[in-house]
Amino acid sequence: MANAVHIVVCAGIVPDPLQTLEPVTGPNGPGLKNEMVLPAVLDPWAASALYEAANLAAKNPGSKVWLVSLGPKAKLQQVMMTVAQKVNFELVPIDGPIGGFPDAHSTAAILAESIAAIPGLDKAKLLLFGGWESATRGAGVTLQLVGEQLGITDQFQGVDQIDLRDYGSFEVLERVEGGKHQASVCAGTPAVLGWATGNLAEPRNNPQIGMGNMRTIMPALAKAKKAVLEPNGLRYISANLPKQQRDTRVVKDMNPDEIAAELVAWIGAE
Amino acid sequence: MSDGVNTEENIAPEVERQTMEVDIACAGFGPAMGGFLTTLTREWTEHPEDPAFESKVMPGMPLQVLCYERADDIASGVSGVVTTAKGIRASFPDLNPAEIPMAADVKQERVFYLLDPVGASRRSPLLRLGDKVLKAAGSLLGVKDHAFELPWTPAFLHKHGGLVLSMGQFNQWVGSQLMGSGLVQIWPGTPVSGPIFSGKAVKGLRLTDQGVDRNGAPADGFMAGMDVLAQLTVVGDGPVGAVGQALDDHLGLPEGHARREWALGMKMVIELPEDSPLEPGTVWHSFGYPEPEIFGFLYVHPDHLVSVGIFVPSWMGDPSRTSYRYLQHYIQHPALWKYLKDGTLRSWGAKSLEESGKHGEPFLTGDGFARIGEGSGATNMLTGSGVDEGWTTGVQLGESVIELLRAGKPFTQENLAATYETRRRASWVERGAEEAKNSRNGFHGSFVKGVIGMGLAGLTGGKLSLDAHILPAHNQIASSGLTPEAAVLLALEDGRPLHDALMSARGWPEIPFDDRLLVTQQDALLLGGKVQAMPGFADHVIFRNAGLCIHCVEKTCIAMCSGQAITLGTDGAPAFEREKCIHCGACLWNCGQSPDGVHSNIEFRAGSGGLHSAEN
Repeated sequence: MANAVHIVVCAGIVPDPLQTLEPVTGPNGPGLKNEMVLPAVLDPWAASALYEAANLAAKNPGSKVWLVSLGPKAKLQQVMMTVAQKVNFELVPIDGPIGGFPDAHSTAAILAESIAAIPGLDKAKLLLFGGWESATRGAGVTLQLVGEQLGITDQFQGVDQIDLRDYGSFEVLERVEGGKHQASVCAGTPAVLGWATGNLAEPRNNPQIGMGNMRTIMPALAKAKKAVLEPNGLRYISANLPKQQRDTRVVKDMNPDEIAAELVAWIGAE
Repeated sequence: MSDGVNTEENIAPEVERQTMEVDIACAGFGPAMGGFLTTLTREWTEHPEDPAFESKVMPGMPLQVLCYERADDIASGVSGVVTTAKGIRASFPDLNPAEIPMAADVKQERVFYLLDPVGASRRSPLLRLGDKVLKAAGSLLGVKDHAFELPWTPAFLHKHGGLVLSMGQFNQWVGSQLMGSGLVQIWPGTPVSGPIFSGKAVKGLRLTDQGVDRNGAPADGFMAGMDVLAQLTVVGDGPVGAVGQALDDHLGLPEGHARREWALGMKMVIELPEDSPLEPGTVWHSFGYPEPEIFGFLYVHPDHLVSVGIFVPSWMGDPSRTSYRYLQHYIQHPALWKYLKDGTLRSWGAKSLEESGKHGEPFLTGDGFARIGEGSGATNMLTGSGVDEGWTTGVQLGESVIELLRAGKPFTQENLAATYETRRRASWVERGAEEAKNSRNGFHGSFVKGVIGMGLAGLTGGKLSLDAHILPAHNQIASSGLTPEAAVLLALEDGRPLHDALMSARGWPEIPFDDRLLVTQQDALLLGGKVQAMPGFADHVIFRNAGLCIHCVEKTCIAMCSGQAITLGTDGAPAFEREKCIHCGACLWNCGQSPDGVHSNIEFRAGSGGLHSAEN
């Protein structure tokens, strides 16, 4: 059990990116039109972190995974209907606002407070996982701030791999320029790992895992702590969706070279 | 497994499968399952200490109730609906439509006969004569924008007091409450391959294999579908669901029953400009255009959203019955286009409707199973209503299951028949089904006969109706009249699939794509339906005998494929792309070939993926 770790995955939820997303500005700032109507999914970056966490825990007996997520309770429940079939974890839900526009410091404070209060969590064995980036429109700094508030100074970003070694040390591969990785060896936990995509495929749906998870998830959701996020003076001047371009044409008998040339010209013009 | 039937005897010879025991296993989450689970959990919540709700398979634990849904999310439903909501309101007496996104009380109902402003519609001489009279009488009869509004709405079409709903949003609303109860588990993204039989009894459900190639052979990350063993299996997987189909194959249908009438419902959800005069709760029904056999609808939701769609029936024998192009012509009819032309496509989808009604009712109960919803023949074809009927059959089963649990009786055919079937037979659902039983017979003769027959049945409560000899669906497809060579030439010259070429040849104008509302079918998949499929599942559309396909001239499966997932392969046989399939099931009944005289040449199995839009 030398390598038993306690992994806490911070994961936000986001609207299913396949839906029609339309930014609007309401009395509480920017948001998406009909956001509560849209089905939500686990933030894809954080989902990678969760799958890596489960894989690591499975390979290191005595380890345990918690998933900490802040969002409207009803939406968290909906997301769990899919995620809970994938891997084993215990949910720590925080009933809070939807969207990624709240102040990152307020969000980090609530997450850190909730993590610190997890019964049985050994901070000395803690690996704090999350997404390197986020699809929640957040500032992309929340995970680092949570780590800081928990007093964890060893932080890695853009992680694609972690290998636990004997006696508690571990090696981390972080993405760097040129498609390469930087290998770092850390003396031991606790540490913060912001995951890129990792190397694992999305796990298959496993009904037995789902049934086991739900025994703890539903009671946890029922008792989810309410969170109010203070704006701390944060004000958005404008918010826009990333630029999208659709240019559909029906062209017959075009040879591959012409298609390739047109694609190159199009990419060059962007 | 070659015939799609699982039995206890052949549960695990080829691969090792995990098994799991639960009390109640459910297939499919739609309105009927919503009604069942709502009824069960409500009673359970009110009486949490009742020993009836203790698990038999896990003593000391609460009842283990699991529901598996094929779609990737329970909100990924299809069809905006208008419903009387009699059964739904009985379950939610204080229902406030404002709590359900896209729901509105029905405020206004109108019925229109649409004239053909294009001149391409396949109208009979009698109908053309009628159209001439209407055009000549013009303003005198109130004909406006090539539409004649019926001076009154027949009572059987009334939805007064009802609701306009988005099925996706309604399912999400119901499912959220169910999951919130903590008493049942609903698992989307989990297709069920079929029931597990022991003789004629059902012992549970087998989930589909994951991590397989398109032929179902184990590949990376293979995980054999689990066998979920249950004392009661509730089947609510709709008209083309794998579990329902397997039951029908294994047990047959009751004497004299057959499933021969189908329709494809295809629709768009369109966002209208903010100054649109259409009020939420507005309901329009139409007939006569784009073809006489095609009925249409327009339902107005809150927030300037409108559902507009058509129903293309199996009795429209024309093999080039391509729904998407017809839908585009429909929305451009002047009576609709003046409201829709500045709109934007938000969502799109399609589904098969089982329209045999009472004639297609299967065995509702058996040892260890019960069937609810559309797949149980609950849809009323006279009123064009199925959601409320489906919901109510679920409620009836829920009440029956509670009764049996409290009485400590097993879920045998006898006990389920004495409770569920008895409730159903005594209810308004059954009365409506009887009235509607023969209401559409006339349409198998002609459109005019159909309208007369429907009127007769509707106005006499089903006492009078027309007779009909209804052919199996695969025999209802007429010949295109083309030789194979002529069909190929026509399609080649046009550069598009044959059905498009045939429509153009008939005079249907090209669609003026605007990249906003009038978009290509592939764009409708991406912009509207948001279609996708997870990797690692097998193809679920199988062509049983490729030779039959190659020699089939009409290839209606291609014309009617809602997602253009079936296209013509290089060998002359249709090719299937799982990633484009929206699981409407139209291919199942739009195949004009039959290898055995019973089934069509297309097998529609359990599959993953499909629509992702939650606004349908």
